[in-house]
Amino acid sequence: MTTAQAVLSVQSLHKVYGSVTAVDGVSFDVHTNEIVGLLGPNGAGKTTTINMVLGVLEPTSGSVSIEGNDIMKSRRRALERTNFAAVYAPLPGNLTVEQNLRIFGMIYCVRDLSARIQELLREFDLERLRKVKCGVLSSGEQTRVSLAKAMLNRPHLLLLDEPTASLDPSAAKDIRATIREFATKGDVGILWTSHNMYEVEAVCNRVLFLSRGKILLEGNPKTLPSEHGKSTLEDLFITIAREPLTLGVS
Amino acid sequence: MAIVLRQLYLLRSSAARVVPLFAWVAVDILLWGFISKYLNTVASTGLNFFSILLGAILLEDFFTRVMHGVTTAFLEDVWSRNFLNFFASPLTIGEYLGGLVITSIGTSAIGLGVMLALAGAAFGFSFAVYGVAFLPFLVVLFITGIAFGIFATAMVLRLGPASEWFVWPIPAMISPFVGVFYPVATLPAWMQYVSKMLPLSYVFEGMREVVSHGTFSAAMLFIGGCIAILYVVVACWTFSVVHKYAVRTGLIARYSAESVG
Repeated sequence: MTTAQAVLSVQSLHKVYGSVTAVDGVSFDVHTNEIVGLLGPNGAGKTTTINMVLGVLEPTSGSVSIEGNDIMKSRRRALERTNFAAVYAPLPGNLTVEQNLRIFGMIYCVRDLSARIQELLREFDLERLRKVKCGVLSSGEQTRVSLAKAMLNRPHLLLLDEPTASLDPSAAKDIRATIREFATKGDVGILWTSHNMYEVEAVCNRVLFLSRGKILLEGNPKTLPSEHGKSTLEDLFITIAREPLTLGVS
Repeated sequence: MAIVLRQLYLLRSSAARVVPLFAWVAVDILLWGFISKYLNTVASTGLNFFSILLGAILLEDFFTRVMHGVTTAFLEDVWSRNFLNFFASPLTIGEYLGGLVITSIGTSAIGLGVMLALAGAAFGFSFAVYGVAFLPFLVVLFITGIAFGIFATAMVLRLGPASEWFVWPIPAMISPFVGVFYPVATLPAWMQYVSKMLPLSYVFEGMREVVSHGTFSAAMLFIGGCIAILYVVVACWTFSVVHKYAVRTGLIARYSAESVG
C-alpha cells in the first residue's frame, strides 16, 4: 500500500497533562481496506489517541489528518468521512433505535436516510427493535445499535474502541464478520482497539502495540509473536504490559 | 435540525418533559392573578394591578422559559452522556447552539401560549392592554433569555454536570435587580448600577412607562435591545472559549468516558 491511500495519518502525536505524558510521539497510518489493531494495557494511551483522532481532544503537538484534512483545522470535512463506536459512548437511551439512527443520519448528512436506516436495521438484526428505546436494550443490542450508527455515513475511517467487549462469542463472531466485510467491500480503513487477542489476530491486518504512550511494536498479528520469541499474541501483550524492556524496545 | 428533532422526540414521548413547560407558569399566573384581583378591590389608588403585577410576572416567566428552554435542551445531552457522540461528529458549535435556540423558541412559545390563555380565561387579562408596544420588549426578553441560556450551558460544560443546580435559580437571582414589580429607582444605588447592566431592567421600566403614562420609550427599548444583543455575542463567545478549553483538556471526552488515557 502506498502513502497516497492512507485514510488516516497520525504524525508525532503528543498529549501532555501537566507532568504526565499520556501520548508520546505516536505516528502511524491506516490505509483503505485495512484493519489496524491499536493494542496496549489500560492507561497505555489508546483512548487518548482515539479522542485526538476524533477531534474531541487537542494534541499538545503533532497532527492528525483524515484523507488529507487536518482534524483541528478542517474538522468538519475530516469528520464527515469518519465515524466511531465505543463502549463508553452509548447512544441516548431515551430515544428509540430508529430515532437515534435518524438523528445521527441527519447530523452526518446521509442521503436517502430512510433507506439507509432500513438497510442497517436489517444488517445488524435490529428490525424488531426499531421502536424500542436504546436504554432498555441489552448491552449486546446496544453495541449493535452503536455499530449501525457508526456505519450510517459509510465512513472512510471507522474507529472502533472495543466494539465486541459486551457481546457473547456468537454475536461477537457475527459482528466481526460484518465489519470485515465492510472493510473489504467499502472504501474504509478501520482502527480497532480490543483486549481480545484472539479477535485481533482474526480481524486485524496489522497491529500497533502501545505502552506508556509510545508505540513499541508494529506488525502482522500472525507473525509478530514468533518474531519476538512468543508463542501467542496474548503472551506478547502480557510481556509488553509487564516487561517492555525485555523485548529490546523502549 | 437534528438537534431540534431530538428534542421533539423527547417531548413527544414524555409527559414529564411537557408538563414543566407550563405547570410552574400556570401556578404563577393563578397566584399573581388572585393577588392582583385582591389588590384591585382594596386599593384606592385607581391602579390596575393586573397590568402591573400579572403582566410583569407573565413577562418574567416568559424570560425564564426561554432561558430554561436552551439549558434543558443542553442538559438532555448531559443527562444522556451524549457529548462524545455529538462533538465527535461533523456538527459545528454554531449548529448545535442554533438547535438549542430553535428548541427554546418552540418550548417558550408553548409556555407563553398557556400563560396568555390562562390569564385571559381566569382573570380577563390580555397583553392587548399594553398595545403593540409590548411586542418589541418581548423580543428583547427573548434575546436576553437566549443569552442567559447559552451562558448557563457554557457554565455547566466548564464546571461539570454537578453545576446544573446553579442554572435553575438564575432568573430568580437577577429578578430583584431588574425591577419586575417596582421601579428601579426604589433600589439602593449599588443595585441600580447592576440594574443598568441588565437588559431586563429596561424592558420592565419601559413597560412600566407604557402602563403608568401610556408612553412608549424608544430609548429604553434601544438600550435594552443593544445590551441584549451584546449579551448574546458574549454568551456565544464564552461557549466557544469553554468548548475550546474542554477540547484542550479532554473535558468533553471525560464527560462520557470519565477517564482519559
